[in-house]
Amino acid sequence: MRILVCIKQVPGTTQVEIDEKTGTLRRDGVAAKMNPFDLYALETAMRVKAAAGPDSEVTVLTMGPPQCEQVVREAFMMGADKGAILSDRAFGGADVLATSYTLSQGARKTGPYDLVVCGKQTTDGDTAQVGAELAEWLGIPHVTNVKSVDDVAADHIDLTVDLPDCEVAQRIPFPFLMTVEKGIFEPRLPSYKLRCATEGREILWLALADMPDKDPRHYGLNGSPTQVKRIFPPELRVERIALGGDDKKKAAALADLLEERKFLR
Amino acid sequence: MNFEKMRESDLEALRAICGEARVTPRDEIGEDFCHDELGGAYSRPDARVCPLSTAEISAVMRYAFERNIPVTVRGGGTGLVGGAVPLEGGILLDTSMMTNILELDERNMTLTLEPGVLLMDVAKYVEEHGLFYPPDPGEKTATIGGNISTNAGGMRAVKYGVTRDYVRGLEVVMPNGDVVQLGGKVVKNSSGYALKDLVVGSEGTLCVIAKAILRLVPMPKAKISLLVPFPGVEAAIRAIPDVIKASSVPTAVEFMEREVILAAERFQARKFPDNSADAYLLLTFDGASRQEVDLAWETAAKTCLGAGALDVFISDTQERNESIWSARGAFLEAIKASTTEMDECDVVVPRSNFAEFVLYSHRLQEKHGVRIQSFGHAGDGNIHIYVLRDSLGDEQWRKTLSAVFEDLYAKARQLRGQVSGEHGIGCAKRPYLAESLPPTLRAVMRGIKSVFDPKGILNPGKVV
Repeated sequence: MRILVCIKQVPGTTQVEIDEKTGTLRRDGVAAKMNPFDLYALETAMRVKAAAGPDSEVTVLTMGPPQCEQVVREAFMMGADKGAILSDRAFGGADVLATSYTLSQGARKTGPYDLVVCGKQTTDGDTAQVGAELAEWLGIPHVTNVKSVDDVAADHIDLTVDLPDCEVAQRIPFPFLMTVEKGIFEPRLPSYKLRCATEGREILWLALADMPDKDPRHYGLNGSPTQVKRIFPPELRVERIALGGDDKKKAAALADLLEERKFLR
Repeated sequence: MNFEKMRESDLEALRAICGEARVTPRDEIGEDFCHDELGGAYSRPDARVCPLSTAEISAVMRYAFERNIPVTVRGGGTGLVGGAVPLEGGILLDTSMMTNILELDERNMTLTLEPGVLLMDVAKYVEEHGLFYPPDPGEKTATIGGNISTNAGGMRAVKYGVTRDYVRGLEVVMPNGDVVQLGGKVVKNSSGYALKDLVVGSEGTLCVIAKAILRLVPMPKAKISLLVPFPGVEAAIRAIPDVIKASSVPTAVEFMEREVILAAERFQARKFPDNSADAYLLLTFDGASRQEVDLAWETAAKTCLGAGALDVFISDTQERNESIWSARGAFLEAIKASTTEMDECDVVVPRSNFAEFVLYSHRLQEKHGVRIQSFGHAGDGNIHIYVLRDSLGDEQWRKTLSAVFEDLYAKARQLRGQVSGEHGIGCAKRPYLAESLPPTLRAVMRGIKSVFDPKGILNPGKVV
């Protein structure tokens, strides 16, 4: 089985600073890391690979400036077999549409794949749209909010999807794309032994000229219809609710409140 | 000791000092104030008094001294040896309302504060100013006064040392109410006996801590943890001396076994990043730059592999650290939740003898027919061994526990260890301390106690 995992390098801190004038993230001087949600995607891929048998392989694909090689190396340390990087100035400034299109071109170039796994979202862009759009570009079905992988068979996977008011058990035949929830598995840690073993492993670098579609209007800023008007950090909201009545009343009101806010099910 | 029984007039006098609301009479005192977190000690105070200032502590002590009423100081009540349990009743002097941080002196790198400030609040406060208070005991809701009283240790002791190394000065109230300053903001001090260091770790038996000046260091800029799986307990702990010697000293070297990790997984309903090996070392490195830290951990990683480690897993981001340390932080509660009752032994042995001690404690399970679990600060030879009651009956539990403890402390003595590495003596470990000390030293300790506290009113029944 051939499995593709899309990963992204993001700022190493959750305290992302935003340049309100240009509407972009301030990345200078901030250490980078693999998008935390992608760790779950990669772990899921590794579990599916283990269940599918020895001739399966996991490829990671990322798009970004040359320093994003770091996250591909890190994926090798977590057990990924192959890595490809989409890096070209023409890819810069991409919105979700151009990003998912570029990734789909990368997947076509390096594929075909039986399964594509993405994290739920990134910690910098936070759109949670790239996974689904990538599936559309690839013309394969997709399933989002996957909370568990229940069985891996030769031609399909059984999984559970977490929806707002119910869970759905689904059987999906290959090929398809899934985006996984945080916590689906506890991601493994990078291994020092694997680092030593994969130090010289080659990574496939792909630029615009290597893509099946070489039209620059489809990539980067040119291929991005989204106009970002303003970008700003979310307001920090602290809400205090005082419950009245005797202990019994308060406990009941508290339980209702927790249920209403979905802390309890 | 013959103490005065408290009367209504005593309560009136205490109310005159602290006000009505901060004096609670015996019958209205909650259960929580009659015990600590472990150790089986239970005793109800006659009055709980919550002072807000040195002057109030002084007035309470002066009164108690004159009336010959016992006084037991209590902080967060998170102790593990009964140190804050008022065995003789009397006054429970609860300093947990003295929560002011008085001064951050960035030029001298000191923090002056009241004893009731919680450890977690100290850490947070100094970190906001780019500074670091290294002592790191697991219990973050302990008060700094309690930490000083037990000379609390914690995981970072391997590199940074213990609480005593970070107390620059103390304002203390003597049993007769006199207020004195010990040490200060000075970095060095060769002026007579080191009384400040003597008071640190004296578990409220010598005087009452009313104010403390802590020493701070610059905040390390980079940090990385390594989770190192080993095929067995022995291989893991035998690797420790080499790891510590190999590179710059790790901040922490923790030892953990699969069984405890599985208990933490069940307790937290969250998986640990790896549970395939029988034993693990958890190493942490910190430093002023990523380069410095990388150099240190890579050397340590090679040393571990050379010593038989199965692999070395790298934890270099916030979420990875959290996946490891949240489990590590839950060990005590997880073990507690896995049984009906337990007691612990906090022995410290020289690092070179740590492996022998841990393996010995394992063998006791079979010898005494009881479940024993442990984890520990392997880097400083301090292991926490928990004897679990499970379904044992009262009588059998008492017998088994005492037999296991006898064996453990005898072995520790043989390996040139000490009764307590960081939890203190309190009342729970008092007999074992007495056994471990030669008569001369016992006499010296008792002498010190009587000079500070001639009437013996402070925390009677503890330590010596």
